[in-house]
Amino acid sequence: MADEIVLKTAPADFRFPTTNQTRHCFTRYIEFHRCLAAKGEESNECARFAKYYRSLCPGEWIEKWNEQRENGTFPGPL
Amino acid sequence: MIVREWLFLTMAACDAAEPWQLGFQDAATPMMQGIIDLQHNIFFFLILILLFVLQILVRALWHFHYQKNPVPQRIVHGTTIEILRTIFPSIIPMFIAIPPFALLYSMDEVVVDQAITIKAIGHKWYRTYEYSDYNSSDEQSLTFDSYTIPEDDLELGQSRLLEVDNRVVVPAKTHLHIIVTSADVLHSWVVHSSGVKCDVVPGRLNQISISVQREGVYYGQCSEICGMNHAFTRAPET
Repeated sequence: MADEIVLKTAPADFRFPTTNQTRHCFTRYIEFHRCLAAKGEESNECARFAKYYRSLCPGEWIEKWNEQRENGTFPGPL
Repeated sequence: MIVREWLFLTMAACDAAEPWQLGFQDAATPMMQGIIDLQHNIFFFLILILLFVLQILVRALWHFHYQKNPVPQRIVHGTTIEILRTIFPSIIPMFIAIPPFALLYSMDEVVVDQAITIKAIGHKWYRTYEYSDYNSSDEQSLTFDSYTIPEDDLELGQSRLLEVDNRVVVPAKTHLHIIVTSADVLHSWVVHSSGVKCDVVPGRLNQISISVQREGVYYGQCSEICGMNHAFTRAPET
């Protein structure tokens, strides 16, 4: 391999230092969508938050939340 | 056959349960090594205390046997010995408790620069693993299911009820961030050699930070009763 592989993932967030990371995943998801609402769909700055929530949250949870957002029933402060 | 097994044990580490095994499996992470060292330390003092107590007991039984000593003593109290035998057994556990607390708090330290996040989702009665660090959209995770290989499908040399069809592959000597959750009931994700045991709760994400120090194949089993095939759910990683 010519290029060195760099491994990067969602960093540890000091707002959530304990074992329970449920709120961490939820907060990252909400931050991404708030960033989209504030900066627009095409902005690259929100890609960072997208990577974070995709690393942390199981795929099934993300699908469920996406559906809830489309239906208007998402239980979070978007 | 016996010679072959002996050679095998000196060249390969014990990372799966062995028949008649008494001790731990070999450590693959600093956490497990800490747990093993702690157990050795405490066990040493435990044996000392055991021998001391046994000695007192045997001496009492020997010297005050009813045939050698037919008239019993009439000691009602002894203040000095009562004070000593209360104070010393309280102080000894206080000293024994210092290394475990050190290990416990060091296990909880937050690792800031994790290299990779792997999600393990428990189902009845298999695991699903997701590697999502390099997605560019919500649907592109590398996801696979990991079922225990039934006995009839085992190849020669594979361990019964420990092997799975798709193992979790993790990089060695890197900080891993493993997030576990469940899709149905409580399970527990355990890899003995890595010193990992984490209960898997539906609706909750639990994080585990480990750093595997050597390459190898490590086996684990489900540790929270989850139904009919609880005893047959596995979590081996490479």
